Amino acid sequence: MSATTAPVTATTAPGTADDARIPLRGHVRHTGALVRRNLLWIRQDPESMFDALLMPVVFTLLFVYVFGGSIGQALGGGQDGYVQYVIPGMIAMMSMTLSQGVGTGFSQDFNSGVMDRFRSLPIGRGSVLFAKIAVEMVRMLFATAVLMIVAVLVGFDIDHWAGLFAAVGLSAVFASSIMWVFLTLGVILKNAQSVQAMGFLVLFPLQFGSSIFAPPQSMPGWLQAFTDYNPLSTLADAARGLMVGGPVAHDLWITLGWSVAITAVMAPVAIHKFRTKS
Amino acid sequence: MKRIDDNPSAADAAVTVRGLVKHYGETKALDGVDLDVREGTVMGVLGPNGAGKTTLVRILSTLLAPDAGRAHVAGYDVVRQPRQLRRVIGLTGQYASVDEKLPGWENLYMIGRLLDLPRGEARARADELLERFSLTDAGKRPAATYSGGMRRRLDLAASMIGRPQVLFLDEPTTGLDPRTRNEVWDEVKRMVGDGVTVLLTTQYMEEAEQLASELTVVDRGQVIAKGGIEELKAKVGGRTLRVRPADPLHLRPLAAHLDELGITGLASSTVDTQRGAVLVPILSDEQLTAVVGAVTARGITVASITTELPSLDEVFLSLTGHRASAPQDPAPADTREEVAV
Repeated sequence: MSATTAPVTATTAPGTADDARIPLRGHVRHTGALVRRNLLWIRQDPESMFDALLMPVVFTLLFVYVFGGSIGQALGGGQDGYVQYVIPGMIAMMSMTLSQGVGTGFSQDFNSGVMDRFRSLPIGRGSVLFAKIAVEMVRMLFATAVLMIVAVLVGFDIDHWAGLFAAVGLSAVFASSIMWVFLTLGVILKNAQSVQAMGFLVLFPLQFGSSIFAPPQSMPGWLQAFTDYNPLSTLADAARGLMVGGPVAHDLWITLGWSVAITAVMAPVAIHKFRTKS
Repeated sequence: MKRIDDNPSAADAAVTVRGLVKHYGETKALDGVDLDVREGTVMGVLGPNGAGKTTLVRILSTLLAPDAGRAHVAGYDVVRQPRQLRRVIGLTGQYASVDEKLPGWENLYMIGRLLDLPRGEARARADELLERFSLTDAGKRPAATYSGGMRRRLDLAASMIGRPQVLFLDEPTTGLDPRTRNEVWDEVKRMVGDGVTVLLTTQYMEEAEQLASELTVVDRGQVIAKGGIEELKAKVGGRTLRVRPADPLHLRPLAAHLDELGITGLASSTVDTQRGAVLVPILSDEQLTAVVGAVTARGITVASITTELPSLDEVFLSLTGHRASAPQDPAPADTREEVAV
């Protein structure tokens, strides 16, 4: 509309052409309000934290006591050696599994009317997505804390505290990039069940076809080729290096590279899909 | 029918729609809709399921992009100025658009913050609106525990947080029982009293009559009638007198007799063979009396006589000569609903 036909109401309306763009503070405020909403969900429904609480316990016990003995023997360190091997990998694995929740939660929002409300409000489209990621990070940190408690109970030695925090941070960074993928699935797919099913199909081979649970040396060549390029392997290897010592730099950079690349591609896709969803 | 100036910035037009088109594949949800809502008035958009009402509201509230045509709300273009537009509208969807897991108060506070109210003001506004919509006691409970009417009231309260200039109500009472419907109507009337412009979609003639001053009737994505509510009511006969003769054989002769005498309203009487009644559109009590007199004079025994507001079906029958079409939905229970006066 040209300036000459500027609407009369615009003089009284809070929105003029100038504040059509949302300032950074506005984005922060909106994201904050939506984070509060998602945190209140947890308070309203504490059972939604069960997966973050139980998964680290179940998986740690399963891998250490069921597979730990034999894999550890092959590694040459017995079960105790396997604990040192698998716990850093578990941090990587769990951050992946939990990042799925961001997609299923998002899909549920779409199937209730509340998303229409958000989309009819003058807020940046990214805010809704950022808030989801922020809350999922909280769940992830909670789960990691539980994991570390269980890890120490089954005999994990924390030698490098700084390395531990760095490994957790790296997992969080990588997971945040994967969350954009799940947010996109959450927008595209019809319901939470399909998001979960799809997430499982994507994550399961990535998690197990990696160096998370066992060293790839014993795997057939074609699978080794896959695990070498699997970003979860590099994430697990970097976490292992940071937490128990060993070479880090190479895997660290590759993991960060993957994170940046995935975010650069998938964040705009997710926001675009969200904006244009009817 | 008064045609409002084509200039979308006309001072008294809160909503202007010109040639709006939205197709979903073969389905023409909107097929060239024109609409004007004057500031401070309530426009009722009446039509059956699948007429395009919800599509219209979704386009006007920037949730959906039109395929063609233009639309302005409070002077802002729905396609080019969505952000400014979102600041001045309120939306209550067909399905309550509140977060059911959050308590009522938290829903309102969150929306206040999303509308950039400072914390204190958002808090005060949440308290104030809970009070106004009689939800203060339920404010701390999750909305999932609310009754249908409470949820709808919370939804209305949420739409009012930003003191909108234009409010879109998409079938605000569909699925509510009559008592709750009345509650919602009262709230909407209060909002209108505050000077808000309202665009209301509905399937009920009674709802349109209660709330709207002007009416646009839509069918299959097209406007089939528009005008003042009295004007349209007169067109369809203000009220409908339903005369059921004891002997169904008297149906057609009776209808013919009434038309001959010319004591019906603007439309002629119709025969509802299914329910064995003659439907006579009437404009006044005098006509009612005349009809009763004519029936008596003819010596026809009558099983019942009732007056009703015209149902959506009857409105359509009078306006278009065909029944309300509901292509995807063969038997929508609520379009058949009739309300006795």
